[in-house]
Amino acid sequence: MRPPADRARSERQRRLADLEAALAGVLPAGALLLADEALVPYECDGLTAYRQRPLAVAIPEDEAQVGELLRICHRLGVPIVPRGAGTGLSGGALPHPQGLSLSLAKLDRILSIDAAAGTATVEAGVRNLAVSEAAAAHGFFYAPDPSSQIACTLGGNVAENSGGVHCLKYGLTLHNVLRVRGFTASGEPVEFGGLGLDAAGLDLLALVVGSEGMLAVITEVTVKLVPLPPLARCVIASFTDVATAGGAVAAIVAAGLVPAGLELMDRRMTAAAEAFVHAGYDLQAAAILLCECDGLPPEVDEQIERVRAVLAARGATRIEVSRDEAERLRFWSGRKNAFPAAGGISPDYLCMDSTIPRRCLAEMLVLIEAMERKFALECVNVFHAGDGNLHPLILFDAADPEQLRRAEAFGAEILETSVRLGGTISGEHGIGVEKLNSMCVQFSAAERAQFALVKEAFDPQQRLNPGKVIPTLARCAEYGRLHVHRGQLPHADLPRF
Amino acid sequence: MTTTQTADAPLARLVDAVRAAAADHERLELRGGGTKAFYGETPRGRPLDTGPLAGIVSHEPSELVVTVRAGTPLAELEAALAERGQYLPFEPPRFAPGGTVGGMVASGLSGPARAASGSVRDHLLGATILDGRAGIQRFGGRVIKNVAGFDVARLFAGSWGTLGVLLEVSLKVLGSPVASETCLLDVDEERARALLAGWRARPWPLTASAWHADRLSLRFAGARAAVDAAVAAVAACGGRRLEPDAALRWWTSLRDQTLPFFRLDAAALAAGEALWRLSVPPTAALAEQGGVRLFEWGGALLWRRGPAEAATIRAAAAAAGGHATLVRAADKRCGAQAPLLPAIAAIHRRLKQAFDPHGIFDPGRLHPGG
Repeated sequence: MRPPADRARSERQRRLADLEAALAGVLPAGALLLADEALVPYECDGLTAYRQRPLAVAIPEDEAQVGELLRICHRLGVPIVPRGAGTGLSGGALPHPQGLSLSLAKLDRILSIDAAAGTATVEAGVRNLAVSEAAAAHGFFYAPDPSSQIACTLGGNVAENSGGVHCLKYGLTLHNVLRVRGFTASGEPVEFGGLGLDAAGLDLLALVVGSEGMLAVITEVTVKLVPLPPLARCVIASFTDVATAGGAVAAIVAAGLVPAGLELMDRRMTAAAEAFVHAGYDLQAAAILLCECDGLPPEVDEQIERVRAVLAARGATRIEVSRDEAERLRFWSGRKNAFPAAGGISPDYLCMDSTIPRRCLAEMLVLIEAMERKFALECVNVFHAGDGNLHPLILFDAADPEQLRRAEAFGAEILETSVRLGGTISGEHGIGVEKLNSMCVQFSAAERAQFALVKEAFDPQQRLNPGKVIPTLARCAEYGRLHVHRGQLPHADLPRF
Repeated sequence: MTTTQTADAPLARLVDAVRAAAADHERLELRGGGTKAFYGETPRGRPLDTGPLAGIVSHEPSELVVTVRAGTPLAELEAALAERGQYLPFEPPRFAPGGTVGGMVASGLSGPARAASGSVRDHLLGATILDGRAGIQRFGGRVIKNVAGFDVARLFAGSWGTLGVLLEVSLKVLGSPVASETCLLDVDEERARALLAGWRARPWPLTASAWHADRLSLRFAGARAAVDAAVAAVAACGGRRLEPDAALRWWTSLRDQTLPFFRLDAAALAAGEALWRLSVPPTAALAEQGGVRLFEWGGALLWRRGPAEAATIRAAAAAAGGHATLVRAADKRCGAQAPLLPAIAAIHRRLKQAFDPHGIFDPGRLHPGG
């Protein structure tokens, strides 16, 4: 009788041998990684605190190889974890120990730019910024611009329903995707959406966008392109307290203005960003607002004047307007580098990503300050203020397990507070594995069961990215023992099952 | 049979009705104002009136979000928004007075502004629903950015009452534009399409476009300076300005389909005339499909009136990457909606089963035999 560890190892060897033999005729040489050292770079995505060695990694080069690979894995019962650039921040691409991590990075061709229709069709592994770069020659850009846009892929953007600074005016990935092509878990080719503005039947595209690789494998995406605005200018405003800055955000939106970006940084975040890129920020301000207006030159001037008036009326102590493109880029440089700048002032940080109603911004900031004292950790704040999406960065040192524990508890409390204020536990980074517990707070058992049924409708055998997004009942029960469940259920007097 | 104990009588009535129907496997037709009964497959089942669950739950103008019970008359919501200088940017069609917010979402239909401003689905932030087990669930929320869990609320937009009862919805709204101008150009369809394609990359505030009977209409709305710039550019191409009152009448007649083009009378229907809706890429003219024509959405929505062979028209739309819906006809036996490919149809069946295991919500409303 062999010891269990030995048996597990030989079981793994057997599965690997089966997989290697089955895929030998499908993938080109070097496209199937099996050796331990080759698998290391695929152990995690952007959420590096979670790591798992996959059974193997496949890097197919075209749609046909993806389909064939999926049909073989389906037959062998091998779980699949799709993966783009691995920049996700919630562990959505964390490997499965018995699964194949399916990298779509080599499907990186821009298939067409149709200037007359205002669309681009690209393979799933094309980088976000590459779409805008290719479209620029035709006078267009691709609007969703997550801060990882140099590296992140369109397939990953669809899986996460990525946002970015520009989504206040131009919408999320959902609003900018027309059609997605790919395969079901069993390797059947499918299309969601269409080249028109709607499709026959139920709106499956709305489910697939943001489904974190759990419903289908995406190989090709057709996106809407937006005309490049001839001019963009940025306003920076300083405030002596954060609540006043939050009020100014609400006032800008209430005035009917739809800026191309509306971002808020608190004093410590501003200081960290300034030290990192020397953008020339006002270090005396308790908070600074960045507000961008774009469009035709007279339109931009008109909007800038209205923004300036609202900011002045709402207590801004200093207002600067970018005079040229170089200055505009300098204004943004600190904001765009907020995350690396936080890395410069702390060994580690947890980046949170909840959304709250805009009117609660000031209240939330006060609550976060109280949490800093409660958990004895510092938190710096950078917000997509225009759409109420918060990115509090909790600073800690992972070398101290006690600090990691406190940081995670701090993060969980921010998420629960966001739900209590009428918001959500994720605005744009997704649930992945990171926020499984918080799903128990935001959704009832019946709602989570409904998610599981939706998953089954696309993937009856649970082969695609199993274990993500939807927490098990047992997990929620365990978590519920430690935390209060969603305070107010709607229609709490009704039976729920 | 248990009776639901709640102070909310209209809600309790709906829950009890669904629970009873589930127990008896009785088919229900979810009915708001009944203004869209002509659209799609003929509704079947015992009508369940969703109207009594009505009222605006919350509207914070600075949040640009409104939360409404689904039975609320659409006219009431639009009036409440207008009072605060806001509107529904997707311009939902009101084929007749009396439509409800629930019907607006369930139909998933959007008006002339759709190509520029997005659809009803795009603006749906969250929904509370009653499923086929009489269970109440809430998906999405009241904030713009929300990626927690699958986007089930948006699946209900355009589901035509086949998945469950919409109880309450949260919608993103916008402030009414400061300026709005409509320009007309007398051009044939080919020229109109060429002009629009050439203008696709222009950063103009074009919020609606339509062509019919050798006339292209363009609506620009937004900041005054941007509207003026675009109007001047179009005037240089021979465009003329339409008076605001006439412009409003024109766009409303498109939005609500009160234009005679859309209204096939009994004689026309008896003569075999039909109204087809082709949702295609804006560059797919489908000129060979003939018929009396009207297009919206920069060319992405083609309405075609006249006798037609369903298979031919569907094949042409599909080949272009789109689909064709038979909206008005004496005979819809070919199916109102384009048929689904087998892999997609299988997902539909399993989703239907997930939300409505007893098949009580008019399964044939989307596709015959659905």
